[in-house]
Amino acid sequence: MLKIDCPYCGARAETEFRCGGESLIQRPLLDCSDAEWAAYLHTRKNPKGLHVERWHHAHGCGMWFNAARSTVTHRIHATWAMRDPVPELPE
Amino acid sequence: MTGARARTPSGHGALSLLRGGLTGQSHWRPVWAEPEPKLGYDVVIIGGGGHGLAAAHYLAANHGIANVALIERGWLGGGNTGRNTTIIRSNYFFSQSAAFYDFSVQLYEGLTRALDYNIMFSQRGMWMLAHDRHGLEMLRRSANAMRLNGVDAELHDEAGVRAAIPQLNPNPRFPILGGLNQPRGGTARHDAVAWAYARAASAAGVHILQNTEVTGLRIEGGRVHAVQTTRGEIGCGKVGVAVAGHTSVVGKLAGLELPVQSYALQAFVSEPVKPCLDTVILSPATGAYLSQSDKGELVMGAGLDLFLSYAQRGSLPWMEQTAAGVIELFPQFSRLRFLRQWAGICDVVHDSSPIIDESEVSGLHFNCGWGTGGFKAIPAGGWCLAHHLATGEPHALARDFGFARFRTGALIDEAAGAGIAH
Repeated sequence: MLKIDCPYCGARAETEFRCGGESLIQRPLLDCSDAEWAAYLHTRKNPKGLHVERWHHAHGCGMWFNAARSTVTHRIHATWAMRDPVPELPE
Repeated sequence: MTGARARTPSGHGALSLLRGGLTGQSHWRPVWAEPEPKLGYDVVIIGGGGHGLAAAHYLAANHGIANVALIERGWLGGGNTGRNTTIIRSNYFFSQSAAFYDFSVQLYEGLTRALDYNIMFSQRGMWMLAHDRHGLEMLRRSANAMRLNGVDAELHDEAGVRAAIPQLNPNPRFPILGGLNQPRGGTARHDAVAWAYARAASAAGVHILQNTEVTGLRIEGGRVHAVQTTRGEIGCGKVGVAVAGHTSVVGKLAGLELPVQSYALQAFVSEPVKPCLDTVILSPATGAYLSQSDKGELVMGAGLDLFLSYAQRGSLPWMEQTAAGVIELFPQFSRLRFLRQWAGICDVVHDSSPIIDESEVSGLHFNCGWGTGGFKAIPAGGWCLAHHLATGEPHALARDFGFARFRTGALIDEAAGAGIAH
């Protein structure tokens, strides 16, 4: 069971949250190429290691926030509000 | 339909077992060779799971290409091939998927004979249950799609379900309104599938290299020339990558970002009990699917942990939910204890359909995107990867399962279509 530190509510159980996948994805402008649009829709970093992702406190405050989590150990290194800058993260 | 018959002298019959009894069963020999790697091969397959082993076998058996190395980081069949619930079925919605997966079921039907190795394929039927009106309508839609696609399907009302599976809860909280059975569905022995392909491939001259990890790919002029491994560089004409959840990791070695995400899928077995369940049951509404293995364990599967993971373990909430679903269907199983629990890392793509295609790097082919359902596709996945590697053209069954669909938008959206996990 993951313990996730919601920036608004504090540490809560995994079952209160839903993961929204990779974060910090920028939508390309509408005059982009088909390949760029396809990459925006489908291509993901999917790293074996640290991953910056969005989480939704669905059964809590209802807010979205960012988390940096290892996909190998599942350890969550940091969580931060959507409007806040990305904190310093380990390699 | 079963392809080239790779009859190898097996000595795996009852007579051999009896004769071996006189010598303490000391006559058994390794079923595949462990050679030293050569400097180069026509084709290098990365990944010694079912798909990679099947591709290596079909390269030799169907196309006469036996100068092949198969590289595996760990041991054969130790990834998802050894971590699934061994269910085989072809109850898909779209015609391309039905054709592909039914070809796979047909190959499974002849595999024991074709490879002369008992894979213990038991066509015990595969039931999907409906617990509400909408579920029943989805089953009817599935049954119609399957029949239109030429796949066997039987729709039953509650009485029909209970006649076939009398053990079901007589007073369920979620009523059982009907069920869809695919009689040709069933289970097989997962290790035997890997070992059967390995033996046939090895007998044909394929070099199987275990404990050999890929560390890099030498790509020059947009073409792959060699695979760098922990046992040195191995030259190659072409490369086939069949590494499931690690597809993105190998893709990165070639500088590719792929439309794949890796999630952990969890399964369990109970302690073994006497035969009590002779079919496969999937109940999407209660979140349970289960069958009984020949050893007597109940084999149960959970859903994906919906966050990226390369850790081969599952989360506790899913374990609890699966147990609750199983007990809702079969209260009598509540006293059984979990014996083992594990997870495999699934390569999930947006439309839950596979990718069998050459990548942007010339000569570098991928077989991935199986999500939660790669085991049933092993024979066809290997067959089509081998075909593409050997002929340079996609197999007719895999033509729509390429990388191009993510650009053109011609997705084969089984995630929405079949209404079940993949």
